[in-house]
Amino acid sequence: MLTLIGVLIVIVGFALRVNPLLVVTVAGIATGVAGGLNPVAIVSDFGRAFTENRYVGLVWLTLPVIGLLERSGLKERAQELISRIQSATTGRVLLLYLAIRQLTASIGLTSLGGQAQMVRPLIAPMAEAAAEARFGELPDKTRYLILAHAAAVDNVGVFFGEDIFIAMGSVLLIKGFLDGNGIHLTPLHIALWAIPTAIAVFIIHGARLLLLDRRLSKQFKDRKT
Amino acid sequence: MIRLEFIYALGGLLFLTVAMLEFLDRANPKRYRKTAFWGIYGITFLFGSVLPPFATGCLVILMVLVTGWKDLGASKVKTTTEAERRQSAARLRDKLFIPALCIPLVTFLGTLLLPKITINGQALAAAKDATLVSLGLSVIVALVAALWLFRQRFVTSLHEGRRLLTAVGTVAVLPQLLAALGALFAAAGVGQVVSEGVTHFIPADATFLVIVAFTVGMALFTMIMGNAFAAFPVMVAGIGLPLIVHKLGGDPAIMAALGMLSGYCGTLMTPMAANFNIVPAALLELPDKNGVVKVQIPTGLILLAVNTLLMYFLVFRF
Repeated sequence: MLTLIGVLIVIVGFALRVNPLLVVTVAGIATGVAGGLNPVAIVSDFGRAFTENRYVGLVWLTLPVIGLLERSGLKERAQELISRIQSATTGRVLLLYLAIRQLTASIGLTSLGGQAQMVRPLIAPMAEAAAEARFGELPDKTRYLILAHAAAVDNVGVFFGEDIFIAMGSVLLIKGFLDGNGIHLTPLHIALWAIPTAIAVFIIHGARLLLLDRRLSKQFKDRKT
Repeated sequence: MIRLEFIYALGGLLFLTVAMLEFLDRANPKRYRKTAFWGIYGITFLFGSVLPPFATGCLVILMVLVTGWKDLGASKVKTTTEAERRQSAARLRDKLFIPALCIPLVTFLGTLLLPKITINGQALAAAKDATLVSLGLSVIVALVAALWLFRQRFVTSLHEGRRLLTAVGTVAVLPQLLAALGALFAAAGVGQVVSEGVTHFIPADATFLVIVAFTVGMALFTMIMGNAFAAFPVMVAGIGLPLIVHKLGGDPAIMAALGMLSGYCGTLMTPMAANFNIVPAALLELPDKNGVVKVQIPTGLILLAVNTLLMYFLVFRF
């Protein structure tokens, strides 16, 4: 049971809003000590995994370009285009992106999206602009809610789209693990059973996006243009 | 052949440049600590494959200690005003979208083509690295396009990179640290403890409870580990295979696919999946770092319930 100390440290540390880097590092060291590893092994494991996972940091390479686009007015242009489309609402913009993200991910095109590449420069400003075009300037709280929804749509779309694609990491992981346990399945057979959930999440999250529209309309009903 | 190592070196150079810019900005609060933070991160990126793991581990711990009790905060970097941006947007119009779309399109094309194009019998990039190598190349293409179309100087892109990277802040390295934590969890056997705990509590012949224990267990364990891939082998070996497949006669493909997707429901609901949940909040400059998780929780919970029912009704029928 002592090996769970790291989990406890993470939960308490995150709840108390201590610097998450510090929380995670302390939790890692504590887990290693509780698991009976020697200090050199703990630090080495930490360093090795940090290096092996450098790929998650590669997304930051996009920032100089994104910054350049922003300073040149990309957000403003995206907002202008959206505000010209009469029927565009926050919920509908995000619903369309959800559909595109899920469909492209399901044929393996997971790279056609992403938080730094698509959400910050394009999707979030469009979702925001759609609401601003209807209701005028938004209070910060509403703005943050819309931005959070924009980020969420990218996640939901890619998570529950990519599992339908037979060459995706998760499908291959499942196949590999079951192979190791003497159960042999084709990737297609596994991917097939991701379809019901993919449809369900589109309905659930799509409905929530349309409810977001209703909530915004209600909140700003006196300033509808 | 373009090795992934080149792209990591590119990342390392970017972080070292940001460190240098942080240092040169005399008005910058916490200037030295910020310089040290991005500098060390740059070194781990640039020399990660050469440094012994123990040395990298020490550097990472040092980097974390530099951040201290609270975050270091964003740096003030001069950029355009809103009026200037509106003017620029009116002038450049839809040209603005060209570099933006270069990133996903070149990444996509590169992923498809790089492993297929061979020079002297060697592919331009190994198939397993193709996406990441292409992402790196796409940034170069987009950068060149943007500099040319917008008549900007290269230095400006570095300042802009610093503006955005420091706006994300030290959270930028959290996903990598969490992966390292996951490795220590695995080495210390946290998985076994959790799966023993779960299997201990459920009666093996109560079909519905077994299914619930499996799907909810997948979600919970994913929330702890921040990664469904880490939870999957443990939960499938603990409940999925022995109870659902072997004892109750369920279909292994349905068990595995819906099990993994239940894990993904957990991913939506945890700050531990930092690259999906915390980093975007930082990237969008939300004051509440859990803002994205909060929006995702209702979808995660409803979908977990749907997954559980789907598994219950489908797994014994096929």
